[in-house]
Amino acid sequence: MRELLLCPPDHYGIEYEINPWMSRARGADTPVVKAQWRGLHEKLRSLGCQIHLVPPVPKLPDMVFTANAGLTIGRKFIPSNFRHAERAGEAPLFADWMAQHGYEVVWLPNDQFFEGEGDALFAGDALFCGYKFRSDVVAHRTVGEMLKCLVISVELVDPRFYHLDTCFCPLTDGGAVWFPAAFDEYGQRTIHDHVPNLIEVVEEEAAHFSCNAVVLERDVVLPEGAPRLMESLGDRGFHCHPLPMSEFLKAGGACKCLTMFLPQRETVA
Amino acid sequence: MLSETIELRGHIIDSLILPKVLDEIITHGGTFKIGEVRIGEQRTDQSFARIEVTGPSAESLDELILRLRQHGAEVIEKKSVELAVAPADGVFPEQFYVTTNQQTFVQLDDGEIEVHPALMDSAIVVDRRAKAATATKFYSVKKGQEVVVGHQGIRVVPLQRSTARADVFEFMASNVSIEKPKTAVIREIAREFRRARDENGRILVVGGPAIVHTGAAEHFEKLIEWGYVNLLFAGNALATHDIENALFGTSLGVFLEKGSLAESGHENHMRAINVIRSAGGIRPAVERGLLKRGIMHSCVRHGIDYVLAGSIRDDGPLPDVITDVLEAQKAMRAKLDGVTIAMMMGTMLHSIAVGNLLPATVRTICVDINPGVVTKLTDRGTFQAIGLVTDLEPFLRELTDCIAAQGR
Repeated sequence: MRELLLCPPDHYGIEYEINPWMSRARGADTPVVKAQWRGLHEKLRSLGCQIHLVPPVPKLPDMVFTANAGLTIGRKFIPSNFRHAERAGEAPLFADWMAQHGYEVVWLPNDQFFEGEGDALFAGDALFCGYKFRSDVVAHRTVGEMLKCLVISVELVDPRFYHLDTCFCPLTDGGAVWFPAAFDEYGQRTIHDHVPNLIEVVEEEAAHFSCNAVVLERDVVLPEGAPRLMESLGDRGFHCHPLPMSEFLKAGGACKCLTMFLPQRETVA
Repeated sequence: MLSETIELRGHIIDSLILPKVLDEIITHGGTFKIGEVRIGEQRTDQSFARIEVTGPSAESLDELILRLRQHGAEVIEKKSVELAVAPADGVFPEQFYVTTNQQTFVQLDDGEIEVHPALMDSAIVVDRRAKAATATKFYSVKKGQEVVVGHQGIRVVPLQRSTARADVFEFMASNVSIEKPKTAVIREIAREFRRARDENGRILVVGGPAIVHTGAAEHFEKLIEWGYVNLLFAGNALATHDIENALFGTSLGVFLEKGSLAESGHENHMRAINVIRSAGGIRPAVERGLLKRGIMHSCVRHGIDYVLAGSIRDDGPLPDVITDVLEAQKAMRAKLDGVTIAMMMGTMLHSIAVGNLLPATVRTICVDINPGVVTKLTDRGTFQAIGLVTDLEPFLRELTDCIAAQGR
């Protein structure tokens, strides 16, 4: 049974603009927000996940995006060092919660930006890490040293896809879903070289954050609006569970951003 | 060219970070030299690379480094040079750094600066307030000036031959042999001259009296007339023989036209010197109509700068000759700005002396009937020189023919 960390959207809203999706002029509709989040929560629980909730805190609207809390491997938790001051307040809260729940908290040097599972996803035996908009490539190196694993750093080039989990989603069959144009030429080559059976997402569906999916064995929980991707995943034997995510897309997030694995991997071996 | 050393660590091979960084350096006008690469043996081992990045200007290098930092490049802090004060006028501190004729930079606390000029066998005097580093000869250093000692914080940029086109300098390297195919080489030298003139480079000729007594003066005068000589360094002898020829038709008493001895011809060069001495110098002699032809006459008429340096064996000398060797060296150095080609013909001692004053970037051609001259020149540090073993008259005749053929 997978354990996941979520954060109720009690204080969620568009209160600042730190990515191209955010506009304070286009606020989130609170009742719809709550309904969409509850929908995700229910879906994940119905798929057999044990869900932990971190208490939301006022003035930290993006705390709902728990994927950016950090990276958990086994009982080790590496908290994020957020690039934007607006989110920096989340880091100690997540770290405290993880420590209280028995995780060993290992901080990165505070001058190395790193935004957790949002920019660090295992595919095969390699930890793929996105850099430039949020995380630093130097932080990837430190994470690699901490975990003693192969870290593949890929450069993100489209500001709409500012975190790795917005354009790359590893599957449990060893393949991955991805939107190639979000990566520079070297990143594309690297992913091609290291990941077999890639499913390419068309731009229209990528813009619905269809890569921002939670993959649980053969189930994929993803934002609605990606019929072609769902067909491809179906052909590969995955069951897709599309959910409305419109209110979270306004902040540049969807299913995966709202979820952190506890842990993402038991070991890195 | 300014440089920084960067280090990359991590899974830089699997992530293609190393090739990306190298590509970015080239794409943004820089060059690189890989100092060290260690590749991780196990899949989880990280790799390491140390790379010297060079950019065309401080701004472009900064911009490039900023880009490379995004890919995880860490800039290695450079160590500053060590300085010691000169203990007395004309004396360098112990362990002073001895310069080469190559482009050299010194690292100070607040940045790297280039040493000017690129002059061999000097010390580097640093003026921290003026942010200047000057290659300085013994006679110029003053007590209390700060001089670079040891080798820390010094970067020498080796001369790199053009890879874009195979010109005469790649073709010849610095080897000297009488077996070289001269026509092809002379044609290339003619092209180099043309290129220098078209690109506002200055051509320096260092000449010995053999130019006159081999009968090559008329060809040399053509080069002056056509604008292929911007500066002439010579001794008393070239000027004296040339003026003797202009006034009496002889060189050391031998009629150049007929090859026969003139009666009492041995007196001619002394009489020639006397004419110029009585006129007060070469220029006044030209202005008063006493000197009407010849190399020195052409120089005056075409406004070509010349420096005549004296020696113990000189007759006269001519009033234009600088007899203090240090003053002569200073006068030569003062005129070298902008020189891109130096052609040395028929004079061993002047060639070596001038070679010592030239930056390695000056394309240097040494023409002499004696192969030993080129060897000596390169052995004394002017490694960039190419040599051509030939008599001067056929060389200059063919060179002027080639230049005329390619369009003056």
